[in-house]
Amino acid sequence: MEVLGIILAGVLVNNFVFMQYLGICPFLGVSKDFDMATGMSGAVIFVITVASTVTAALEQYVLKPLELEYLRTIVYILVIASFVQLVEIFMKKTLPGLYQALGIYLPLITTNCAVLGAAMLNVTKSYGVVLSTVSGFAGALGWSLAIIIFAGIRERWKLMDIPATLDGFPLALISTGLMSLAFLGFSGLFSNLVK
Amino acid sequence: MLSAVLTLGAAGLVFGGFLALAAQRFKVEEDSRVAEILAVLPGANCGACGFPGCAGLAEAVAKGEAPCKACVPGGDAVAEKLASIMGMAREAVRPMKAVVYCQGDDDRAEIVAEYHGVMDCRALHQLGGSKGCPYGCLGLGNCVRACAFGAIYMAPGGLPVVNEEKCTGCGACVRACPRGVIDLVPADKQVHILCRSYDKGPQVRQYCKVGCIACRICVRSCPQNAISMDRDTLAVIDYSLCDNCGICATKCPVKTIVDNNNKSEVPEAGKQVS
Repeated sequence: MEVLGIILAGVLVNNFVFMQYLGICPFLGVSKDFDMATGMSGAVIFVITVASTVTAALEQYVLKPLELEYLRTIVYILVIASFVQLVEIFMKKTLPGLYQALGIYLPLITTNCAVLGAAMLNVTKSYGVVLSTVSGFAGALGWSLAIIIFAGIRERWKLMDIPATLDGFPLALISTGLMSLAFLGFSGLFSNLVK
Repeated sequence: MLSAVLTLGAAGLVFGGFLALAAQRFKVEEDSRVAEILAVLPGANCGACGFPGCAGLAEAVAKGEAPCKACVPGGDAVAEKLASIMGMAREAVRPMKAVVYCQGDDDRAEIVAEYHGVMDCRALHQLGGSKGCPYGCLGLGNCVRACAFGAIYMAPGGLPVVNEEKCTGCGACVRACPRGVIDLVPADKQVHILCRSYDKGPQVRQYCKVGCIACRICVRSCPQNAISMDRDTLAVIDYSLCDNCGICATKCPVKTIVDNNNKSEVPEAGKQVS
């Protein structure tokens, strides 16, 4: 039951983008094209899930026993940067087209606050390694859901008559705000599952 | 303190080693020579090599699919650098230059129509041209606009002139000319028969004062037998035989043949005829 609660919380109720305002930079940057958004989602899901697992393990078996919790941020960033590099190396080899399309946004996953945010949230909620993994995966899934929905909306803009003052980022931010309002509707639901 | 340093150091070492392994496992073979070659190429993206721009040629050269001398505009200098990058013996580039095979400017060619349409040779060509000659230069300067090196300019008489020092022989103007009046020739050749009209002599005489009238005097006078008649109506030089002697230019009664070794004579000769 706890696992289900964590998943619902991560994907809908505490959605990274719409409820916690994390990972907005790539959310706005890579959402212009549906395929790119999907590719980015894959990369982010991998990085957040694996980083959650590894950071939780490090927290539990290294930092806590040695009383080095103050090193948390720097160690976490080290983990995240390594996995982002891994994704980059892997993508360059296997998906060169997507690698070209994502460009700078791929290495910038390192500074995607959703990744560090997921790891830090796991610590504050004192999840173990398994629950951290679930929580990270759910959060990443929520982020992907947000960016894929948003990319779908943004693709439709191309066919619309948009006032010049709103074209581009202004409309993107307004749309994000409206979607955030919509996701606010989830906050009361599943109250017996989501803590 | 020590434990902090050790922990962080160890973590860094572990992840670093892990990444090094991954980098080796997923190594992408990138030819560093591509960037080097691209830096040496002229960068005009003229397409003379037949590859999609300089970047396309750079990749082809690095793969060994194109010869080092493929860049004609770059000439010997670029070929030499490419050969040293590729570790190959240098092959000489035969430098080419563009020649405009028409002398029918506004004074010498008969004007039969006034054109007020789009200033584009292709448009005028579809209408048949404004001069009497159906083969000659249209004079609206598509070649000038096509030249990435600024080597062609329009002379006051309405004919394009190739600046041989700037011309790299890329052939962009050749492709831009709807009438095929421009051609690439070996840069060391100085004698040219500047006419492309296949009309018969009397007809040519009617619309152009400097057109080839197919009298065959040049054919007979050439000591190298380099000149022959094309379709019996136009004299052409076989540049592989021509030795720049210029005898044909002195014999030509209509001064269609130009010898750039004695360039000063040519405009006078043109005026004499007119």
